[in-house]
Amino acid sequence: MLSFIGRSIVQKSVTLFFVSIVSFLIIHLAPGEPSQVDPMNPKFTPEMVERFKKEFHLDKPLYVQYTYFYRDLFTGKIVSWKDNQSVLTKIWERFLNSLPLFIVGTILTWTLSFPVGIRSAIFRGGIYDRSATFLAYLLISIPGFFFAYILIILVVTTLHVPVIGMETFGLGASSWGYVFMDRIWHLLIPSILGATGGIAVLSRYVRSQMLEVEGQDYVRTARAKGLSSDQVHYKHALRNALLPFVTMFGLILPGLIGGSVIIESIFSWPGMGRMAYEAILARDYPIILTVNFISAVLVLAGTFISDILYLVVDPRIRL
Amino acid sequence: MTKDQLTLESPSAPRRTRLQELWQLFRENRLAIMGLIIFVLFFITAISGVVLTSGQKPVFDPAMVRLQEKLLPPLTRPQIDTLQPTEIPTLGVYLFGTDDLGRDVFSRMLQGAWVSLTVGFVAVGISVLVGIFMGGIAGYFGQEYIFLDHILITVILTAGAILLFVGSTGPGVACIVVGHVYILYRIVCRLLSKTRHTRLKSRGLLHKKALSIDTMIMRMVDIMLCFPSFFLILTVVALVPASMYNIMIVIGLTSWMGTTRFVRAEFLSLREQDFVTAAKALGVGNFRIIFRHMMPNAVAPVLVSATIGIATAILTEAGLSFLGFGVPPPHATWGNILSDGKRFIFDAPWLTFIPGIAILIVVLCFNLFGEGLRDAMNPKLRERG
Repeated sequence: MLSFIGRSIVQKSVTLFFVSIVSFLIIHLAPGEPSQVDPMNPKFTPEMVERFKKEFHLDKPLYVQYTYFYRDLFTGKIVSWKDNQSVLTKIWERFLNSLPLFIVGTILTWTLSFPVGIRSAIFRGGIYDRSATFLAYLLISIPGFFFAYILIILVVTTLHVPVIGMETFGLGASSWGYVFMDRIWHLLIPSILGATGGIAVLSRYVRSQMLEVEGQDYVRTARAKGLSSDQVHYKHALRNALLPFVTMFGLILPGLIGGSVIIESIFSWPGMGRMAYEAILARDYPIILTVNFISAVLVLAGTFISDILYLVVDPRIRL
Repeated sequence: MTKDQLTLESPSAPRRTRLQELWQLFRENRLAIMGLIIFVLFFITAISGVVLTSGQKPVFDPAMVRLQEKLLPPLTRPQIDTLQPTEIPTLGVYLFGTDDLGRDVFSRMLQGAWVSLTVGFVAVGISVLVGIFMGGIAGYFGQEYIFLDHILITVILTAGAILLFVGSTGPGVACIVVGHVYILYRIVCRLLSKTRHTRLKSRGLLHKKALSIDTMIMRMVDIMLCFPSFFLILTVVALVPASMYNIMIVIGLTSWMGTTRFVRAEFLSLREQDFVTAAKALGVGNFRIIFRHMMPNAVAPVLVSATIGIATAILTEAGLSFLGFGVPPPHATWGNILSDGKRFIFDAPWLTFIPGIAILIVVLCFNLFGEGLRDAMNPKLRERG
């Protein structure tokens, strides 16, 4: 167990090191330079460009830039090229904005997909199963931005509540309850959108896991013993079908930072995804690279956690 | 013993080929059949779309601007008296309405269908090729080792190329020269040991086993999986010049990891099978074994993931177009028709709904088709049916 943990930590650090190199190279070897962002701006004189380059070490060779960048990142001194603010505080602020979306979305995904998946597995081939399957494919296939507009039209025209942004502007004097409901409405629609894909995929997965377990011999034995069907389904089958999902708790970790670029830009939600999008537009390399680095760390940590969880919950796996 | 008895008792080949069996199972899945039919229709539409909308005098002109006819709802007739004879739409009616510049949405959709189709197919083609190549090598040659000097030489040569590219000529040339000298040295060593029929102990100091090919390729997959895919695609597409081909290449090069894993897993089990051993015993070459004997047996899961990959690629392209990073403007794509139409969502909802529903239907048909294929190829279901 300990040797497994040690080995995978070493392996993941090596992977992370290569990720940092690859992302750095992708950004810096791509055509165009950050100093060319705004060539039409009359304030952007050649002297300014020179100073800018010197300030951010852009005149140094690549490997020097690389070491400077990651030194700054680990000491927390890294600053955005656009406004000279600390990248880490910027990301933290945006992260706090994205967090509610992520939490509500995750809760929706995990609470909705299990009942749907289990029910379609139990009544396999029935009308419920078939319509749930079709609906799941529909939700996987619908482009997020298109679905967003359908929901916006629906909500705005039938319920007459504003949904763009994090809150309605100028609600200062309203009652406490009104402001609260306003926040809920603003939060709910983007969260539902963020959750749709997850619900569709996860419920299909739950269904296939349930079907797999329902075909096992011990489930037949449980039936033959004369147990009630509830007991067979929920006690014997479901508990065993749940095993792989424990590991998925680790895999939702990367979603923390990903955010959705498209959904956040449609809803003007000042979250991580939108910040990353703006950074890409402005060629603000420190922010792009930092977001990339943190998300790589989260992916690796997520797989690590899920491996450990699997070891803990499944006694059949021994290293 | 008569001839009839002989044929009855001797082992006979299955009456149906595997393809027929597959088709039989596939046909029972009504959703998948629907997917296949829509796929064929979409294919025909896209092909005819590119024929009808390109050229000097296209049948449907997607770029024809008629400002007096803007934002007309679907199925409106044009006002003939205000238009030039050349500006009248070919069908005599705006089938899908017009957009804010008075362009015919129907012809723009026709033009966009081709973009979706090619982006889907080329991107997935690239990813499948890379995936099969990497997975095949990892699965078949996985146990072979890469030597330390190979890695060093690759690093030195790449560094030299990058240095030359960046502009520092001196160290760049030095790196490349050192790399080539070492390669020549190795080749000469190998030739000498071959001609003398003796195993020369001329293995250099650096000629040591470093890691297996399998480990290396799987670590590359891990590295690629660490990147948030849409964000990575967005970054690269924003940095390189906007063009349809760049988008295809970028989507293709960021989505080969799944295929690699499938192919590797299949190859690892296939290479232990008797027919591969038999082929090896017959002296069949490695590449013939890989492509002629093993690949046909490994291609099923790849096909399924490719079909679903096309759906994902079309969605990704639409998302990129929506954010303004897609195919550059004069060319219509479903994503940018929708993106342009979002400003008029309450006045001209058809500008949002027509491309949106079109993308939905096409992506849905690919997903249903892929899943149907997966079910039909599932050996568990085959036994049951």
